[in-house]
Amino acid sequence: MELAAYYQQMCTIRRFEEEAMALVQSREIAGSVHLCIGQEAIPVGACAALEAGDAVIGTYRGHGWAIARGVPLAELFAEMLGRASALNAGRGGSPYLMAPRYGFLGENSIVGAGLPMAAGAALARKLQGGRAVAVVSIGDGAMNQGAVHETLNMAAVLGLPLLLVVENNGYAEMTPATALTAVPAHERAAAYGLRGELVDGNDPAAVAQAVRALRADVLATGRPALLEAMTHRLVGHYSGDAQAYRPPGELAAARQADPITRLAALISETEADGTVAAADEAARADVLAALDLARSVPFPDPADATNGIYAEELR
Amino acid sequence: MTATELSYIRAVNEALKWSLETFPEAIVLGEDVALPNGPFGATKGLHAQFGDRVIDTPISESAMIGTALGAAVSGLRPVVEIMYADFLLVAMDQIVNQVANTRYVSGGELVPRLTIRTQQGATPGSCAQHSQSLEALFAHVPGLRVGLASDAASAYAMLRAAIASDDPVMLFESRRLYPVKGQVELDAPVEDVGGARAVRTGDDITVVSWGSAVPDVLAARDSLAADGVSAAVIDLRWLSPLDLRPVLESVEHTGRLAVVHEANRTGGFGAEVVARVTETIGRELAVPPVRIAAADGRVPASPVLSQALLPGSGRIRSELAALAARPARNTRALSA
Repeated sequence: MELAAYYQQMCTIRRFEEEAMALVQSREIAGSVHLCIGQEAIPVGACAALEAGDAVIGTYRGHGWAIARGVPLAELFAEMLGRASALNAGRGGSPYLMAPRYGFLGENSIVGAGLPMAAGAALARKLQGGRAVAVVSIGDGAMNQGAVHETLNMAAVLGLPLLLVVENNGYAEMTPATALTAVPAHERAAAYGLRGELVDGNDPAAVAQAVRALRADVLATGRPALLEAMTHRLVGHYSGDAQAYRPPGELAAARQADPITRLAALISETEADGTVAAADEAARADVLAALDLARSVPFPDPADATNGIYAEELR
Repeated sequence: MTATELSYIRAVNEALKWSLETFPEAIVLGEDVALPNGPFGATKGLHAQFGDRVIDTPISESAMIGTALGAAVSGLRPVVEIMYADFLLVAMDQIVNQVANTRYVSGGELVPRLTIRTQQGATPGSCAQHSQSLEALFAHVPGLRVGLASDAASAYAMLRAAIASDDPVMLFESRRLYPVKGQVELDAPVEDVGGARAVRTGDDITVVSWGSAVPDVLAARDSLAADGVSAAVIDLRWLSPLDLRPVLESVEHTGRLAVVHEANRTGGFGAEVVARVTETIGRELAVPPVRIAAADGRVPASPVLSQALLPGSGRIRSELAALAARPARNTRALSA
């Protein structure tokens, strides 16, 4: 993928997330959201290296993964606005939306809980004889969940085509990752005999290259792999997080490494003048148009609140 | 159709074999289920016949159930064995937060077509972490189907129904009943999930039970019959979906209801049955309903202690006799 294409997607995610924040503040979105501002290069780079038949599972900070997987912005907004969206008709919301028809099995709002499900998606792909993998994104904090380690071991012994992407954004919710993690994620892979790699998570091309290589390796060797992508969360853990826990200057320093401004500078060196500005404007227009469209989606019928829990409605 | 005499555990084994033969997408996974043939023999011979579709997993219940879910939504039809129901608690997040939500939130795009088999209950010497009866915890959770077979025929029929179903089904088998033999129709049509069964008719009292308590209830009923008490017995079989119709029909006739389960009393599913009958046809009750259940306590290892807690057939008999003898509290019952 060209740098300009990465930039376009990353800008779209950034504008989408900024608009989501505004919608929370105006109470048009109920509750809170978890934004991936600062981490956009990871889903954009990773999804550029994946195929349609691959399964992707994200976290509650997963809007970027959904967008990178091709889920329409208007459907995402409608879901987050609690409307009868084409995705989950208001049942998933911001932190737990699912879009399997786009190869995005869904977000997960329990830390680390998407990994076992991803292992199952990998098992199915293996038994079905396909050349596809399951990719699951978790955060640095999730590396301390039992289910993650159960699954890494099981996926290793069963030889599952599973790629774990650990987005290390420096904070496990509101506590520094370094204070909570005895050994970095990519080093822990060795404990299960897996390949563990480290990548600059603010560089979409580097992420894409790493994911492409590990995906091929997973399929060739039949062994799972782990990629730790280093990044910064440039916002709070959730939309209402005042981030008083951050040391002075930390956020300003992190903004110096903002993947979007960094990529914009790189593009300006090689592309025609106005490429970046045009991409910014296109992203802004796409997001606003999508929001308009989402606002035209009706709210779900309250009478449907308990429908679809079972295959057949015989309570 | 011809019936074959099988033990409860053999009936489970036959149902698993049927599912692997019937559904090419079916897989069986669990601890010691493949090469060791299953800790209780439920999966005996399956790995030899079906190879890699029968999978030994690490002792990792969360990973097992989450893997089953991910495989199910990707087109497989997994059956997971959890060795003891007590171990389900290790995987509570995957069962309640993941499996139970998947169909609803995805609007049916993701189909959590999986079966979780386990076994439960106290046997002499089983410790407090290998003897609980936990069905009510899961029957409380919308999105799950929950069943308990009380004999070989139901074990076979309910497991086939579960595996054929598009819903996530949890089956709580009874370790105590595994050796008990019964007549099983191996070529019977596949049932749907759901459906209680009136196993004995009776005029004086209605006794509702399920799982491991049913044989004790039947023994108590036979003993009471000698004293002239006629007890109807309904094996509920499925707690979700709950089929109360035969219960209501019987209570309308007898006016007296007892619910018997091995699980302890407080918050047990017996409370739900009593509440629903009372809400629906409370005026038909001649006397207040009774629950006969294990005492609220941890299950001790010593048989001397555990027998003091559990509702054996002797205690069931005396409580049912008391229910039958209690004076009716209203004129409807007196005139009936």
